[in-house]
Amino acid sequence: MTTDTPTIVLVGHGMVGQRFLEALAERGLTDTHRVVVLCEEPRPAYDRVRLTSYFSGETPEDLSLTDLAFLDEQGIELHVGDPAVAVDRDARKVTARSGLVVGYDVLVLATGSYPFVPPVPGKDAEGCFVYRTIEDLLAIEEYATSRATTGAVVGGGLLGLEAAGALKGLGLTSHIVEFAPRLMPVQVDEGGGAALLRTIEGMGLSVHTGVGTQEIVTGEDGAVTGMKLSDGSELATDLVVFSAGVRPRDQLARDCGLAVGERGGITVDEQCRTPTDPRVFAIGECALAADGRVYGLVAPGYEQAETAAATIAAQEASFTGADLSTKLKLLGVDVASFGDAHGTAEDCLDVVYSDSRAGLYKKLVVGRDGTLLGGILVGDAEAYGTLRAFTGSVPPVSPESLVLPAGAGAPARLGPSALPDDAVICSCHNVTKGAVRGAVTEHSCTTVPEVKKCTRAGTGCGSCVKVLGQLVTAELEAGGVEVDKGLCGCFAQTREELYEIVLALRITSYRDLLDRHGREGARGGEGCEVCKPTVGSIIASLAPSIGASGYVLDGEQAALQDTNDHFLANLQKNGSYSVVPRIPGGEIAPEKLIVIGEIARDFGLYTKITGGQRIDMFGARVEQLPVIWARLVDAGFESGHAYGKSLRTVKSCVGQTWCRYGVQDSVRMAIDLELRYRGLRSPHKLKSAVSGCARECAEAQSKDFGVIATAGGWNLYVGGNGGATPRHADLLAQDLSDAELVRLIDRFLMFYIRTADRLERTSTWLERVPGGLDHVRDVVVHDSLGICDELESLMSAHVSHYRDEWAETLDDPGKLARFVSFVNAPDTPDPVVGFVPERDQVKPDLPLLDIGLRRPTEDGRRDDLRDDSRDDLLEGSTRR
Amino acid sequence: MTLAPETLAPRPTDLKVQLRLTDDWFTACDLGALLPGRGVAALLPDGGQVALFRGRDGELYAIDNRDPFTGAAVLSRGLTGTHRGRPFVASPLLKQRFDLTTGECLDDEAVRVTAYEVKAA
Ligand code: SRM
Ligand SMILES: Cc1cc2nc3c(=O)[nH]c(=O)nc-3n(C[C@H](O)[C@H](O)[C@H](O)COP(=O)(O)OP(=O)(O)OC[C@H]3O[C@@H](n4cnc5c(N)ncnc54)[C@H](O)[C@@H]3O)c2cc1C
Ligand code: SF4
Ligand code: FES
Repeated sequence: MTTDTPTIVLVGHGMVGQRFLEALAERGLTDTHRVVVLCEEPRPAYDRVRLTSYFSGETPEDLSLTDLAFLDEQGIELHVGDPAVAVDRDARKVTARSGLVVGYDVLVLATGSYPFVPPVPGKDAEGCFVYRTIEDLLAIEEYATSRATTGAVVGGGLLGLEAAGALKGLGLTSHIVEFAPRLMPVQVDEGGGAALLRTIEGMGLSVHTGVGTQEIVTGEDGAVTGMKLSDGSELATDLVVFSAGVRPRDQLARDCGLAVGERGGITVDEQCRTPTDPRVFAIGECALAADGRVYGLVAPGYEQAETAAATIAAQEASFTGADLSTKLKLLGVDVASFGDAHGTAEDCLDVVYSDSRAGLYKKLVVGRDGTLLGGILVGDAEAYGTLRAFTGSVPPVSPESLVLPAGAGAPARLGPSALPDDAVICSCHNVTKGAVRGAVTEHSCTTVPEVKKCTRAGTGCGSCVKVLGQLVTAELEAGGVEVDKGLCGCFAQTREELYEIVLALRITSYRDLLDRHGREGARGGEGCEVCKPTVGSIIASLAPSIGASGYVLDGEQAALQDTNDHFLANLQKNGSYSVVPRIPGGEIAPEKLIVIGEIARDFGLYTKITGGQRIDMFGARVEQLPVIWARLVDAGFESGHAYGKSLRTVKSCVGQTWCRYGVQDSVRMAIDLELRYRGLRSPHKLKSAVSGCARECAEAQSKDFGVIATAGGWNLYVGGNGGATPRHADLLAQDLSDAELVRLIDRFLMFYIRTADRLERTSTWLERVPGGLDHVRDVVVHDSLGICDELESLMSAHVSHYRDEWAETLDDPGKLARFVSFVNAPDTPDPVVGFVPERDQVKPDLPLLDIGLRRPTEDGRRDDLRDDSRDDLLEGSTRR
Repeated sequence: MTLAPETLAPRPTDLKVQLRLTDDWFTACDLGALLPGRGVAALLPDGGQVALFRGRDGELYAIDNRDPFTGAAVLSRGLTGTHRGRPFVASPLLKQRFDLTTGECLDDEAVRVTAYEVKAA
């Protein structure tokens, strides 16, 4: 490092600090400057906003905001676990705890806040915690799982509620103690507080408002046993989390003589520069901005980071204040406030809609001239993105219509297309509607992920993603980009639309559907291999409700099925089939194991334990299938639907019955679920698993719907996927009873079946549907579309009409006649199906092929056996 | 309009499906054995295999049963359809489509399977 390279020292590598580094790099300052970062925490910057998601399975690595390659490329020197302890402004030097001394030309302080702990006796006792860092969470988790059954949170603000939710998730009986007369006093008003209170109490948390904490009571060992409250009562608790607000960390600045505000915060001007020393900047939660406020939100901090970086790069920029709008999901409840939420402007009026039974509260603050000034939304913050963007202008429709719930006589919803171009869509990254449109029109982005990448919109708190999706679609359509969303060459409708047509008109025949609703040129034709199984699957999922046969080989339905469904078995590469009986939950008695062994031995089948906790028998000839199944059905087995786009397996761990850690009977639940949903035809296969505790031995979080036991019931995760693009499932709901769990899965699956595309797993579906997980949760948990009754009754129709397909087929001689290799020689086996021995079993003996890319090589070996030529093989080849 | 149920099920009939092998007509099976939209396989005198199909309006097709891409004798088990007016079957293994009247592979023009002349008599 040459001495004449100017040096920028950043103290604090939190969210804002990291953003500052990115802003430096964007402006080329990392090329012209040496950049040194002192980071107090033992890990580089992470997403503090999503801290609580650690308890729903995110690892500290998932939360990381720092790309080490980025630091490397930019030549940024990061010192982790080494806080700054002193600043010598005269010598322009910072000293770190390790003794490291770094000279600076520019010093940027981004030290954030510390949690305020009220000075009550006993506050430092064992069992007292704060909630700010990953380390705090790890400590709380350890204490909660080893030594506590009850927890109390001091403070009923935003963070307090998050902390309380986390304690509850850890299985503790949880209390919230709030000094103010309502929850979240800063964000919501009395009415909003009441709606919130009802919902939160409904989740089993105890809320104590209007009382202060006077003392932490400890036992003989010095650990917390309870707390004394200002109303004279005492609350027994094993653990206390203080969440009574934050204070700026300005000590370092005070010590070196920089000006600080009366109530803390490093004083800065509109360029985020300290008035005391032009070489020093302060950004984020430690800064007292030029408008006299200390901002405790990440979005204003990001703006400050940009401002400081721009100023250092000698560009024009200023930070004069920011909007305090927030949208949060607390314990699954939407809470949003924006603009002048408390109606402090003169002469303003309120428009309020409240339904405390449903936990809904919506208030808009409107000026005399109709200008939308701000608002509060509790329980349903769907309209937040649009409303926030309209703040400061007169919306084109009446304010009342904006808060009425859908279906309550509400007029057409106000779409984001009505927004002006300068409306801010993403407040985390300050992206306007104009910029989003530009991403589509000028940078030819065609999907939300592309727009996210291009503009950064939606990559912060995520609350704007829904509006973003609507804008992208609107813009594409406006640009005349006609995306043919049709299912295939025969139908211009999507799968979802066909589902609705079949359900509404009770169409039970594919031909009927094709001839009446197909594309012009396709009517009267044969259809194709894409729409036939798709429609076959829709008819099968709806069979009992539309009056179709539930048996997939009945009549015309048989002609629609893929070959696997047609033969109720999986076709293998040599034309033979595999046989997979259902083994619900992976539990099997020795007698049944013996039957499988005997059958496999008698028919010479290759057997293998599958990745789905059951047994696959390979190598059956088509004419052997009925005989094999007759024996299986006789022994009490049913079809495992390994061939269908339908429920595959519900894996289980051994759970409470045997395992020392188990807290629920995961095997029983897995069996119940597998029996409930067996045979359910869906857009793609469905997989599930149930784990008996958070150790997750059944890998439920990689399943379409996964269940993990908690002390209080079951947590339901959805949208997980293994396979080619693994996706961790999202937590849909917590601590459900058996009945609640089943009901929610019923709704979730039926909603998925109704709206997904062909061959779209729940994971991709969840990513695609507008509004994503939040929307799905609104629909299936809060019944926002009012369709849950219908979803449940469709499922119960399926459950009550289920019959084993193999048993049904064996009962029908006409159907059995199809299980032959040759129509004119029913007893002759297909001579192409041959086997050779391998490791005490058999494997297919493949015929030599002589076409396409697979020409024999000079030495006579087949090309496809050469690893390096595999890429040239036909796409989709299953050759291994 | 809903289709009368009996048009879905093969009507009992004495008619036979026959296909032309070099100079003779070979009787493969009863017409009733063919379900509209699905195929069956028949064994030929020389040990070869043919896949027979019946369209929704009764048209008959016959092509070699062997899938040239995998070597397995499975084309009779594929799903049928029409592509730009050409009737086809999609192989159940790797999904390549074959024209039922000419045997041509719609996804790879260099590949073709034998197509046979076929009639109901
Ligand atoms: C037999 C088995 C492998 C084994 O020997 O263990 C297997 C075999 C096949 N898998 Fe699988 N998968 C098997 C477990 C899995 C698992 C593990 C699991 O279920 O826990 C996964 C990852 C989990 C997941 O799906 O999220 C898995 C992910 C896939 C995928 C990728 C899916 C994706 O979303 O990316 C495919 C391809 C597809 O479906 O498009 C696939 C497709 C297939 C097919 C159907 C491929 C094909 O078309 O020939 C194989 C046919 C099986 C047969 O003929 O019987 N298989 N496959 C397993 C059967 C489980 C069972 O008891 O039913
Ligand atoms: C649980 C939780 C939920 C939240 N939810 C939201 C939300 O939904 N929306 C929202 O807008 N905001 C939310 N916030 C607030 C948001 O996280 C903060 O506004 C943001 O992190 C501020 O960034 P910062 O960089 O200023 O401070 P921080 O992220 O706190 O980073 C400051 C860093 O500086 C380090 N540091 C301090 N002193 C020194 C020193 N002397 N030397 C070296 N390093 C030092 C600290 O250890 C820390 O790592 C939430 C916060 C928490 C805790
Ligand atoms: S998930 Fe928990 S209960 Fe199940 S086997 Fe693993 S440790 Fe035991
Ligand atoms: S508003 Fe937070 S990501 Fe867009």
